[in-house]
Amino acid sequence: MDRALQYDTAHLIGAMVLLFGFQLLYQRRIKAVLTTFAFQAGALSIAAAWQAYIQNSPHLYVTAGIALVFKAFFVPFALNWLVKRLGIHRSVETALGIGPTMIIGVALVALSIVLVLPVTQGASALTRENLAMAMSVVLLGLLMMITRHNAVTQVVGFMALENGLILAAVGVKGMPLVVEMSVAFSVLVAMILFGIFFFRIRERFDSLDLHYLETVRGDRL
Amino acid sequence: MAAQALLAVAVLPLLTMLAMAAHRHKLAPALVHGGCLLVSLLLGFIGIASVLKGGADLAALPIGLPWLKAHFRIDAFSGLFLVIVNLGALAASLFGVSYVKHLNHAPRVAAAYPMFLAGMNLALMADDAFSFLVSWEFMSVSSWLLVLIDHEEEENRKAAFTYLMMALFGTFCLLGAFGVLAQAGGGYGFDAMRTAKLDGLQSSLVVLLALLGAGSKAGLVPLHAWLPLAHPAAPSHVSALMSGVMTKVALYILCRFLFDFGPTPAWWWGAIIMVAGGVTAVAGILYALIQTDLKRLLAYSTVENVGIALIGLGIALAFKGEGMLPFAALALAASLYHMLNHSVMKGLLFLGAGAVLSATNERNIERLGGLIHRMPVTAACFLAGAAAISALPPLNGFVSEWLILQTLFLGPKIPNWAMKFGSPVVAAMVALSAAMAAAAFVRAFGLVFLGRARSQAALLATEAPIPMRISLIGLAALCALLGILPVSATTILSQIAQSLMGIELQGTIIEGWPWLAPISVTRGSYSGTVLVASVLFLILVTAVIIKGFGTRQVRRGPAWDCGHKEASPAFQYTASSFAQPLRRVFGASMFQAREDVDMPSPSEIRPARLDVHMRDPIWQGLYQPLIDGVTHLAARLNRLQTMTVRRHLLMMFLTLMLMLIVAALRRVFS
Repeated sequence: MDRALQYDTAHLIGAMVLLFGFQLLYQRRIKAVLTTFAFQAGALSIAAAWQAYIQNSPHLYVTAGIALVFKAFFVPFALNWLVKRLGIHRSVETALGIGPTMIIGVALVALSIVLVLPVTQGASALTRENLAMAMSVVLLGLLMMITRHNAVTQVVGFMALENGLILAAVGVKGMPLVVEMSVAFSVLVAMILFGIFFFRIRERFDSLDLHYLETVRGDRL
Repeated sequence: MAAQALLAVAVLPLLTMLAMAAHRHKLAPALVHGGCLLVSLLLGFIGIASVLKGGADLAALPIGLPWLKAHFRIDAFSGLFLVIVNLGALAASLFGVSYVKHLNHAPRVAAAYPMFLAGMNLALMADDAFSFLVSWEFMSVSSWLLVLIDHEEEENRKAAFTYLMMALFGTFCLLGAFGVLAQAGGGYGFDAMRTAKLDGLQSSLVVLLALLGAGSKAGLVPLHAWLPLAHPAAPSHVSALMSGVMTKVALYILCRFLFDFGPTPAWWWGAIIMVAGGVTAVAGILYALIQTDLKRLLAYSTVENVGIALIGLGIALAFKGEGMLPFAALALAASLYHMLNHSVMKGLLFLGAGAVLSATNERNIERLGGLIHRMPVTAACFLAGAAAISALPPLNGFVSEWLILQTLFLGPKIPNWAMKFGSPVVAAMVALSAAMAAAAFVRAFGLVFLGRARSQAALLATEAPIPMRISLIGLAALCALLGILPVSATTILSQIAQSLMGIELQGTIIEGWPWLAPISVTRGSYSGTVLVASVLFLILVTAVIIKGFGTRQVRRGPAWDCGHKEASPAFQYTASSFAQPLRRVFGASMFQAREDVDMPSPSEIRPARLDVHMRDPIWQGLYQPLIDGVTHLAARLNRLQTMTVRRHLLMMFLTLMLMLIVAALRRVFS
């Protein structure tokens, strides 16, 4: 296949992951946040599969599989089940309005492009664009974590951040499988821990708003 | 030689392990101190051998990062300091063998003590910045542990904390000095630093950092604040080492920076060090004069003597800066002599204080007195130390201070007006501090050993046990020996100084045994040997005259009651009353001393009161604002500690953003 087409396709899929990252920022319902996250993970899985195909490295199919099974299906379903089971208030409480959040998100993407493109002068165009997009996804995940009150959205932000890492990892040639595996499993473990954590917070405060945790630590009276 | 010395030092950690393994055993602390005694004896001999042999001996240990070995080197200069350190360690260990029986936490002392010795010895042998700093920190931390031995007392904990802070500050400065030198010389080995070529700014930076780093350990005013707190808090034999020896390790590295390594400081650095030394000497002895705690008084006297040694180094540096190398070598030799002497006298005095402390459990000189009758040997030895440190001939303190004064009188030979006028002023400061040292030690000796006992404890004191006495007598004999036979010592010292200055051994600057004539025979000369011989001869003649020609008739008369008829010992001079005239002269300005008299009206029957209020200007003016500032800042920063989860994340995010933006801007503008 033509190199230009390979490049464009990889770029397209990466941009899809990034767009889903943006979409995460303006969702107002938790259900929608989880669905968007599932789509992002699906896009990531396609990106990994595409990289596996054009790089001829079969182990990336495993990465794609993990992303698809765990992140696109298992994690959203589990979180959904948790949300239903706990009877959580289904709207997203924002700490910063949606408009400003989107503007900051755009600025972050610009920053990562300004930063990554000159640094990776020597690398191939494919890797460079890919890295810039991956970094944007990471920063957007971080932004989501700091602009949302609810614990579930924070977890999703964390997972989105991790999606960005995987996206960066699959774009680089020679990334060993063991690293990806360990990242994937650590995310899974984190997911389980968060689940238990939710139950505990819920048991105590009838809410997942982290605001309540602050009084426990004695930060607020 | 270096390999043998390292082997000897390697025994010390084993002794620490022994102390920890056998901490329940009653004899273990004494045994460990005995082991330290043997090791320091061995290291002392190695030091003497390397002084006599000259030249350098190298050794490298495969410690640290694989390609960076730990380098060690013993030359005549470090050999001299090995002698100084291990002489002190020898006496302190011997003293410690029986002294530790009186201590509450003897096993802890025994565990930290060998490591302290190891740290000091390794610091003197180190030949690269890493080994030096590690040994230096070893020395600091283990002595910090020893200061913290009686941690039940709030005061000691505070002293130890202050000490730790100042030690950190000092190491930080030394690290900076080494960094600048390594950057110029291309390596962290001392050999690279010796050949380093530095420009004026770099030289100044190195000298400033070295002065701050070594000065904070040696007790340079105003960095001395920790010293009078920490030195007395440790057990007495450790105080002797900290005061007598550890300050010398600091001066050792300062000498290396000033005279051995690459920097070529201008003459005015010498002037700055001289002034700093002069201020240190006068301020230190003024503080000593008003102390009532015997060990704290001795610690302040250490500050004074470090000041005098620094004056010697300063004028040596000034001479070197002007290219007058023979004079520089003479000044350096005089300063080294003072360091050697001070380590002996201060060791003696601190051990004497330790003997008093173990006999009476009392450090406050207001509650001692009359001990000369119950502890005659200790009293005689303490008197010898006090006379030596007050620079009285024929003891050793006189010789070195006299030599330093002689070199200061050479100062006007330097061709610039600041030094021409400045060095006599500094000489006056040395003379003033020597005079006040005499007053301080008359007060200390008189109140502790003379008069009548001011407390029950002083009344019931008994003479120190034999090992303590041997160690005191040995040091007192050394004080006398170094004073009576100065020429032998100065010949060796001037050779070391000349080799450090890089000049040919030009015969002897110091002429003809037994006359010590540093410049020329006509300019000023001194011979302890002749002096002692004449004094002994005159005593003999007087004795013969009195016995031969005096009357043998026995007369009886009423016993003289020394002026006080009252029975109470409280009628004697007290420490405060003795110091009062000098406190009035100097204290009003320096310590803002204020006396309040509370006189009852004629009908009242309560006693009158005289209260004296004093402020420590350096603590109040320099350290208290610093402490307040740090506390204020810490209280502000404390708010960051209790942020919400989301704020914590926000902080991380903002930090990351900041760093990324900086990186991006650098890309854009480069």
